[in-house]
Amino acid sequence: MITLNINNKNYNVDVDPETPLLWVLRDTLGLVGTKYGCGIAQCGACTVHLNGQAMRSCVTRVSSVVGRKVVTIEGLSEKGEHPLQKAWIELDVPQCGYCQGGQIMSAAVLIRENKNPTEKDIDNAMAGNICRCGTYLRIRKAIQLAAEIQRKGG
Amino acid sequence: MKFKKTYFFPLKAITVLIIIFSVIAFMSFGFKNESAISNVKNEIVNKDSVESVKAFMDVYKVLTSPRCMNCHPAGDVPLQGDDNRLHNMFPQRGTDGKGIYAMKCANCHQPTNIAGLNTPPGHPNWHLPPANMKMIFQGKTPNQLAKQLVNPKTNGNKTLQKLIEHADDGLVKAGWDPGEGRTVPPLSHEEFKKAWITWIKTGAYAPKQ
Repeated sequence: MITLNINNKNYNVDVDPETPLLWVLRDTLGLVGTKYGCGIAQCGACTVHLNGQAMRSCVTRVSSVVGRKVVTIEGLSEKGEHPLQKAWIELDVPQCGYCQGGQIMSAAVLIRENKNPTEKDIDNAMAGNICRCGTYLRIRKAIQLAAEIQRKGG
Repeated sequence: MKFKKTYFFPLKAITVLIIIFSVIAFMSFGFKNESAISNVKNEIVNKDSVESVKAFMDVYKVLTSPRCMNCHPAGDVPLQGDDNRLHNMFPQRGTDGKGIYAMKCANCHQPTNIAGLNTPPGHPNWHLPPANMKMIFQGKTPNQLAKQLVNPKTNGNKTLQKLIEHADDGLVKAGWDPGEGRTVPPLSHEEFKKAWITWIKTGAYAPKQ
């Protein structure tokens, strides 16, 4: 039995310690906001936070997160009021939506560490999150809007 | 009279000694310039420029192979694959060499290798050299790389002893355990280490080219 702290809640799961965290999140715990894209850390759809850092859950062994705090898109904010979530809604960013959870989790690290990111900062920071619908321009605008909301205390 | 003699004799002797020391200092300065390094300690060096350069050419083959050079790029994006292409997603070096924001090396590179063909190779301290000392291998001639490697101002502030120890650094050794689907350097780690130490202990001479 492995104890995991996910979104500030402890879970006991009976899984092989080698299982990637993504499978435990989705198949064992039903937290399906985190998506499977490529399975080899190439697309960013499975991004979660591990002790505040953006991690690719598809290549992260579940045993390696014991004793650490995992945050998924479901736990980014209590009521969807994170500045990024507000900006995403405001600018109607998603098209199909599949990659957007991962996009937001990566962007959350960016605007936490850089309160006023330039377009270049955003492009560099988000280059690991792929969107097949090509919503990159709206993502970039939404990150700038979210940073602005954050600066205003929202 | 006796007093006068003892006054003049040391003066002559001192003059001669100054000349001798000056000649020695000048000669030693000249010899130092022949070697790539000036911090080689005599007790661990048996200078042999032919042996040293020969050993370095083996070292050079390893350092410029993909598993080593891909993390010592000329630019700020690591390289990937045996063709040394820019790393997919263009992750940036960052100040500390560990990436930026949500694109830090450790976001994908786990503490150990993971199963599967061409999955991200692992090490607990995956990183590039930091921005203030990039330690570039890509595009360097053997002469340039040898000189860079022995200069503490361009080698990560490493002393000679630290350089020798660096052959057993975990991230260096990870090059020989690159995960499925990747080639290893052209020499075994044991052969590389032997060449590395031979190069240093014989004077760390830089090839002419």
